Amino acid sequence: MESPQFRRLAESDRPRIRLVIDGRSCEALAGDTLLTALLTNGRRLRSSEFGDGPRAGFCLMGACQDCWVALDDGTRLRACTSFVAEGMRIVTRSDVDMSAPGRPERGTAARLGGKARSAKGALK
Amino acid sequence: MNDRAPVVIGAGPAGCRAAATLAAAGLAPIVLDEAPASGGQIYRRAPAGFTRHYRALYGFDAARARRLHTAFDGIQGSIDYRPDTLVWDLRRGALHCLSGGRSREVAYRDVILAPGARDRIIPFPGWTLPGIYTLGGAQIALKYQGCAIGSRIVFMGTGPLLYLVAYQYAKAGGGVAAVLDTTPFAAKRRAVPGLLSGGSTFAKGLWYVAALRARGIPVANGIRPVAAEGKDAAVAAFLYRDAAGTQRRLACDALAFGFGLSSETQLADLAEVPFAFDAVQQQFLPERDLAGRTPVRGVYLAGDGGGIAGADAAELAGERAALALLEDRGHEVGKPRLAALERALRQRAGFRAALEAAFPFPAELAAGMPDETILCRCEGVTAGEFRRAARALDADEINRAKAFSRCGMGRCQGRVCGPAAAVVLAAALDLPPERMGRLRGQPPIKPIPMAVAGTHE
Repeated sequence: MESPQFRRLAESDRPRIRLVIDGRSCEALAGDTLLTALLTNGRRLRSSEFGDGPRAGFCLMGACQDCWVALDDGTRLRACTSFVAEGMRIVTRSDVDMSAPGRPERGTAARLGGKARSAKGALK
Repeated sequence: MNDRAPVVIGAGPAGCRAAATLAAAGLAPIVLDEAPASGGQIYRRAPAGFTRHYRALYGFDAARARRLHTAFDGIQGSIDYRPDTLVWDLRRGALHCLSGGRSREVAYRDVILAPGARDRIIPFPGWTLPGIYTLGGAQIALKYQGCAIGSRIVFMGTGPLLYLVAYQYAKAGGGVAAVLDTTPFAAKRRAVPGLLSGGSTFAKGLWYVAALRARGIPVANGIRPVAAEGKDAAVAAFLYRDAAGTQRRLACDALAFGFGLSSETQLADLAEVPFAFDAVQQQFLPERDLAGRTPVRGVYLAGDGGGIAGADAAELAGERAALALLEDRGHEVGKPRLAALERALRQRAGFRAALEAAFPFPAELAAGMPDETILCRCEGVTAGEFRRAARALDADEINRAKAFSRCGMGRCQGRVCGPAAAVVLAAALDLPPERMGRLRGQPPIKPIPMAVAGTHE
C-alpha cells in the first residue's frame, strides 16, 4: 500500500468510520471530508480525463472542482465539501488511469501519450 | 415591495457583518451560504466533534474569529439563515439556489454579494501532481481537518498567506521543508513605509518570518519556480532557481503555493454589474463605490469579492454596504458611524496598495510559462496549445481564446487558470493584459446535477 498523502496532526479522537476505497476496506474518522478520508489512506482521488495522471484535489474550498470523486453506484461528490459516511464505497481509478500497475495504456491516455510524457516525470 | 427581505450571499466576515447590521435595523435578511457553517474561509469553523479551541485554530485572530461567530450566532432568531446553499444563478429579481439536491428560486429586490476570494495561481510544470495544493487549501487541511498535506512540505509563492500558513504548519508540527518567496527582498524593503500604516498586520508578518527562521526553517526571497518532479505519480521534488540564478532541487512530498488572492466575481457579473480593470490587483473587478453600491440598483458588494482588502476591511465593508441598503430604503442611519466606517475603509485601501507592492503578482512568471505546462487543469490544455490557438486564430480577447482552446471552459470556469491565462495571452500577442478582457461568468457558476438544472420550486 502506498503511504498516505495527508498526515493527522490533531483531532484524532473521533469515532471511527469504515469505508471501501477501490475495493479495499479502509478507516476514517467522523467529521473527515471525503477528501481527507481518501488522502489519509492514499495519494489520489481520481484520474484526469485527459491522461495526465492522477489528481488529489487542489484548493480544498470548493472553487477548483478538481476533487469530484465517484462512488461505486455512480454518484459523484465534491470530496472537499462532502463528509465521509459509514460504508461509503469510492472508486478512484478509471480506465484513463495510466499509473495503475498492470494496466495497458488505452483510451484517452494512449491518444494523449505525447502530452502525458511531457509532464516532467509526472508518470512512470 | 419595500418589505421584501434583503438577501446576503456569503457568510464570511463581510456577509456576517452585513446580516448583523440589517438585523439590528429590524429587517430579517435571508443569508445564503455554500458552507455548512458561518465564518467564511478565514474564520472557517471546524466540523462538529472537533475540540481545538479558538487560540489553536485562529492564532492572533482568535478574538476576531470569536467576535464574528458570536455576533452571527446571536442573530439566529431574527434572520433566515440557509447554510449548505449554493447560489448558482442570478437573474434580475431571482436567485437560483441549490440545497439538499434541490433547486429553489428566491425572489429578491436588494442583495448584498459577499462571495469572498480564492488563491491566485500561476501554473508551473508538474503543478497538477498529487500532493500540490494552494496555500489556502493547505491551511484548510490543517484548520478544518487537523491534517498536514504531507510530511516534508515546501511553501512557495508570495503574499501574507505564504508566511502565515507556513508558520501555522511549523507550530502544529507539520514538517516545513522551506519557504520560498518569489518576491525579491529589495521589493519588500521598499514597501516598508507604506506597510507601516497597516499597524498590527505588518507586525504579525514580521513575526511569522522571525518565528520560521528561529525554528531553523530556510526562508528564501527572489526565487523562480522551475518544475515539480513526480515519482510514483505524486510530487517528490521541487526545482527552482534561487535569487542568484542557481538551479536547486528540494525533495518533498507536498507543496503549497499561491500568489495572493483573486476575487470571486461571477455573481456580480450575472447581476450585470459593469467591470473595470483594477491596476493594483491586476484583475477586472465589479464597479462599486466606497459604500458598496454598484451601478445596478439593489445590488451591493462587500468584502474580498469586490476587491481584495482582507478580513478586517471585509467586516467594515459588510456593515457599510448594509447601511447603504438601509439608507436606500429610507431608514435613518447614523452619520458619524458612516464617516468612521469610510475613514477606516480608505485607510485599509492604502495599506492594501502597499501590500501589493511588497508582494507583487509575478506576472512575468505567467508570461514566460514553458509551453509544456498544463495551464488549464480542468481541460488539460497546455500553455503551448493555448498560445498556438490564440495566435493562429487571432484570438485577441480571453473569451475568444477560451472558445478556441478550451482553456477556462472546464468545471472551475477559469477560477484557477484565468488570472494566469490572461497574462499568457497578453504576452503571446504583445498586448497589455487589460486589453484581454475577462472570462464571463456563466450559470451555473459551479457544477450542479443535470437533474436539477431545469426544475424549480
